[in-house]
Amino acid sequence: MNRHRRDFLKTAGAVATLPLLASSARGSDAPPAGKESFGCLVDLTLCVGCRKCEEACNRINALPEPPEPFDDPFVLDRRRQLQPTEFTVVNRFHTGRLDERNRAIPVFVKTQCMHCLKPACVSACIVGALQRRNDGAVFYDVSKCIGCRYCMIACPFQVPKYEYADPVTPRVRKCTFCADVISREGGKPACAAICPVEALTFGRRDKLLELARQRIRSDPGRYIDRIYGEHEVGGTGWLYLSGEPFEKLGFLDLPSRPVPQLTEAIQHGLFSFMWAPLTLFGILGGAMWLTRSGSHLKEDD
Amino acid sequence: MHSHAKPLPVRAPFWTPGVLVLTAFMVAGAAFILARFVGGLEAVTNLDQTHPWGIWIGIDVATGVALAAGGFTTAALAHVFGRRFYEPVVRPALLTAMLGYTLVPIALLIDIGRSWAIWHPIIYWQGNSVLFEVAMCVVIYTHVLYLEFIPIVMERFKGRINLPGPLGALNGVAESLLGLADRTLSKIMWIFVLAGVVLSCMHQSGLGSLMLIAPSKIHPLWYTPILPLLFLTSAIAVGFPMVIFEYTLASSSLPLKDETDLMASLSRYTAVLLGIYLALKLGDMVVRGTYAHLLEGTAQSNAFLVELLLGGIVPWLMLLSPRVRRSRRGLFAAACFIIGGVVLNRLNVFLVGYRAPHAQTSYFPSVGEIAVTAGLIAALMFLYRLLVTYLPILSPHGAEASREVIS
Repeated sequence: MNRHRRDFLKTAGAVATLPLLASSARGSDAPPAGKESFGCLVDLTLCVGCRKCEEACNRINALPEPPEPFDDPFVLDRRRQLQPTEFTVVNRFHTGRLDERNRAIPVFVKTQCMHCLKPACVSACIVGALQRRNDGAVFYDVSKCIGCRYCMIACPFQVPKYEYADPVTPRVRKCTFCADVISREGGKPACAAICPVEALTFGRRDKLLELARQRIRSDPGRYIDRIYGEHEVGGTGWLYLSGEPFEKLGFLDLPSRPVPQLTEAIQHGLFSFMWAPLTLFGILGGAMWLTRSGSHLKEDD
Repeated sequence: MHSHAKPLPVRAPFWTPGVLVLTAFMVAGAAFILARFVGGLEAVTNLDQTHPWGIWIGIDVATGVALAAGGFTTAALAHVFGRRFYEPVVRPALLTAMLGYTLVPIALLIDIGRSWAIWHPIIYWQGNSVLFEVAMCVVIYTHVLYLEFIPIVMERFKGRINLPGPLGALNGVAESLLGLADRTLSKIMWIFVLAGVVLSCMHQSGLGSLMLIAPSKIHPLWYTPILPLLFLTSAIAVGFPMVIFEYTLASSSLPLKDETDLMASLSRYTAVLLGIYLALKLGDMVVRGTYAHLLEGTAQSNAFLVELLLGGIVPWLMLLSPRVRRSRRGLFAAACFIIGGVVLNRLNVFLVGYRAPHAQTSYFPSVGEIAVTAGLIAALMFLYRLLVTYLPILSPHGAEASREVIS
């Protein structure tokens, strides 16, 4: 298995730089994530809300220092969203469950890019600046981006953020899955590497699903029987285990159909070999010939 | 065959009070455009992390393209289906379409964050992206419109090239080059006429596919797999109302020949085309059972009801009455309702019906966004006015008499 992985890693870089035309020609029937695609399992029952992951994310991406320090507990008092300068945030939820001493039990939820298997942003991007790499990272190439923000329209999780204040060179900002790090042997995303309670497990997505099912099986009282991200929008690289219903924790109720399915079916249905435009051209040309006005626009005035 | 006056430059003073007002709007818009390139989108727009698109996309691009449909619908009617009777409306509609499509990339340059990279789609192809298809079609179609416009410019200068000073020696050469270009172009123009109609069908429907990438965000009243078809049929339906609208406005400020009869016949097509669109829209609502959302009382359901009733069913019923179709005022009112309905539909699909998760506010355009959009529309009207003054596009009042003199 180790050799298999090393081989894969060697080719991963090359695959990521494949010409775009190849990927655009592949269409909607492209295989979903290969077995070698990585993911991350978030066990919400383990997270203690220490925000170390936020701090590690901030460092590795060289993001600006936030106004409040990462160990400031009051930050958790307000519900925060991802920002152009914050690729991951942890929020505290109270679902109404109480402990033995009648205190509300908090649940901490980390959010970041879900790194979908069939990402809507990748399908939407007009220039292919967003690509899903074979290792599972949905990767943003700023050198191609034109700043149309269609990815922000497309993303069902509303993850990509934008530098609106920059007049000339704004970027789309989101979690990179630490693409540079995970492409190296044994590399882990900064958040997963630092988590002190092992609430974040990085690994192959199929193995993570096995691990998650095993945890649910071995402690059914602790977990609800659902892995968020297993089926949502066709599957996501990031997976969540929870002890509370996901709806109470700010998770979106999303269908299992991949988001880009319909548009890609329409686009490829109409434009494969340009059959629809050419047929229309032919029909209209026939109509024009029958009414004989085409080449004599001037003469019979 | 029904004979029409030859289009001529409109001999009317250019700097009227109306044109001065347009200039004021353009100056105000330009000031905000300058501010956008100094302070970024944040300084001028109300866009935020959950509302990435505003009226610069919803109106300037999506609605602008829909309302430029007069160009390809009149070209199809007169030059593809051979209804030469409608020849007088082809040129003004072509001009409006050309100006409309010229402003789309300008609006995009302002809206996209990295304006200097706007040419990237030409080299970085992305066949899965609806936006890529729309962009390519719009770029090619804009060039087709310019090609279709060239004969109008040539007609103006053929036989009267008079270069200044020493260049006058080249008059003969320029004249023969122009003649050659004119003959070549008129032989192959049919290709461009057909391509223009095909490209229009492609990107008008493509605009409808754009928001299908967000199934969980677009309100079910608008999210339907046939949205591309609805965009195409509504664009086709709004083409002639736009011609009627523009003609009525132009003839109220310029000395134009009375074409009410022609407009009345045009509107008979509109009754059919609008009927097809409404049948599809209502049928889709029944099939998908989305009528359940009609009386939600939300901003979305109310906007949908206004769009459907005032912007669709009311003008359709109006156009069924021959009395309305024959009256200049009735026609204008019906056209305004239809245009308003299509404008509202595009705004609904792109802005009102878009409900982003985690949104803490709702989007409403800022003063700067409105000023830039108004400035661009003013620029379009300004250029229209300028070009009809100097080029043979409209049929001025009494043109038939002057035609005798010329020929």
